[in-house]
Amino acid sequence: MRLVRNLIGTPEGAIGLGILVLLALVALFAPVLSPGDPLRIAARPLLAPFTDPSFPLGTDRLGRDVLAGIIHGTRTSLAVGIAAALAAIAIGLCVGLTAGFAGGLVDEALMRVVDAFQIVPSFLLALAFVSVIGASVPVVVIAIALGAWADPARLTRAQVLSIRERDYVASARVIGTHPVEIALREILPNALPPVLALSAIIVAAAILTEAALSFLGLGDPNVVTWGSMIAEGRNVLRSSPSLSIFPGIALVVTVVAVYLFSEGLTKTIGRGRRIA
Amino acid sequence: MLLIVVILTFGLLESASGDAVDAYLLSIGGGDATVAQALRQAYGLDQSMMARLWVYVSSLATFDLGWSIAFDRPVLDLILERLPNTLLLMGSATAISFGLGSALGIVAGAKPESAVDRTLSTVSLILYAIPSFWLGLVLSIVFAVQLRWLPTSGIETIASGKEGLARALDIARHLVLPVGALALIYMALFLRVMRSGMAEAWQLDFVLFARSKGLSRSRIVLRHVARNALLPLVTMLGLQSAAMLGGSVVIESIFAIPGFGRLAQEAVGGRDAPLLMGIIVVSAVLVICVNLIVDLVYAALDPRVGASESAG
Repeated sequence: MRLVRNLIGTPEGAIGLGILVLLALVALFAPVLSPGDPLRIAARPLLAPFTDPSFPLGTDRLGRDVLAGIIHGTRTSLAVGIAAALAAIAIGLCVGLTAGFAGGLVDEALMRVVDAFQIVPSFLLALAFVSVIGASVPVVVIAIALGAWADPARLTRAQVLSIRERDYVASARVIGTHPVEIALREILPNALPPVLALSAIIVAAAILTEAALSFLGLGDPNVVTWGSMIAEGRNVLRSSPSLSIFPGIALVVTVVAVYLFSEGLTKTIGRGRRIA
Repeated sequence: MLLIVVILTFGLLESASGDAVDAYLLSIGGGDATVAQALRQAYGLDQSMMARLWVYVSSLATFDLGWSIAFDRPVLDLILERLPNTLLLMGSATAISFGLGSALGIVAGAKPESAVDRTLSTVSLILYAIPSFWLGLVLSIVFAVQLRWLPTSGIETIASGKEGLARALDIARHLVLPVGALALIYMALFLRVMRSGMAEAWQLDFVLFARSKGLSRSRIVLRHVARNALLPLVTMLGLQSAAMLGGSVVIESIFAIPGFGRLAQEAVGGRDAPLLMGIIVVSAVLVICVNLIVDLVYAALDPRVGASESAG
């Protein structure tokens, strides 16, 4: 609770958190805000924005409501971004913890795999993965997580290496605590804060990757996403550019909010350390 | 390390249901089982996974990346044909973003928390949040569709018969928008890294010492603070090379540039596993090369690195 109060104390954190809460509400209440399937044909095609009060942002080439698409797209973007980041951080924590705590050959082998994942462009990897398995929301989440877990793994390992030599870990070892218990109860909680600071950046990157994938037509075809809306609008870019511009603005606002939130978080954690 | 990349990607592509022969038969409107069998035999797709992995790795040692099924040409030829366009795109985007980003970062970091710093930091935050493909679209709406200053797509005017300098200028005109879209975003990243590095360097003892010596502000900013902040920026350049290569896939698709990234997209469309595999392997090699260069530059910039290595 104090963390939240301190977070709101920084201007970045307050603005970021505010926008994110608003977006989360839009995502949660999407069916209430715009009932019905956003992919259904609602009006005559290519209605210009700001002309018809019942379709404030106009309609696309097939007569689908743009505002409804953006509202429902919030759901996909946030859900995929957060799920992929959670998966990436979970994998990264496990691998980093194992590598740092076990050391020796296990460490060596795991870190080579991390190296391998870091030198392959994660977007190409996601592209290959989705095209091979077939596009659906869970596959997109895994594809993004595959390209994102290496950074948290490396960071966790570095943290574990510095923590495992500290006195309280040594004393836990002396009183005969089981190694797994030491890893989970003594080391993990102390290695967590910097990894959490990284997590906001991973969420932002995941949202952008998801948008790029669905822009290239590799998203789930049954779900509205901002990326696929931009791609759809691209076909009539010359006559009605607004179709691509509105979902893009939604994307930028979301990602800016996540960055602001993460800056506020980093400041708050840094300040907490200085006091403590 | 490259071997791990090869094995992992191989495993990933193996898990696909349906192979290139299926996709090919579908595209020519179906065929009977014997045709499919003969095709599979010709491409070696009927052998076990381990046998094919062995064949792939051993032919890789002789720079043979296999045969593209969708294009019916050697994978290496295809990649080498497309690579220069992508390298040109990435190279100029890197140069511009690094130059502008570090310069603006010095301006912002020269006086942390000043009005200039705040403005630059805010602008760069927003720029960095913009998806590259959307920025590309917006730039092409403004400069190519509305103002008609620049071409919307392609790498050069087709069949213009231009030679030499005229051709180079033509290519440059086509590259302004894609390079701009890629460079603006990475410029924002480099600006932020440079700025935060400088903000930290102001607290360091040697900067305090330089200030107490009464050196001029511009001299401190350039020779002491900026120089120190440049090192993490160079590290960042190496780390971002993989992301930039990925970003060029989308940019190339928007501006219809026949490069490496578009090839990846075409490989995906044609379910062309050997081609996709080759693209991933070559991109890993590229990233390793960039990081090697970055390490060398790093050693040249920071004498401590070279010295400690020769001592150890």
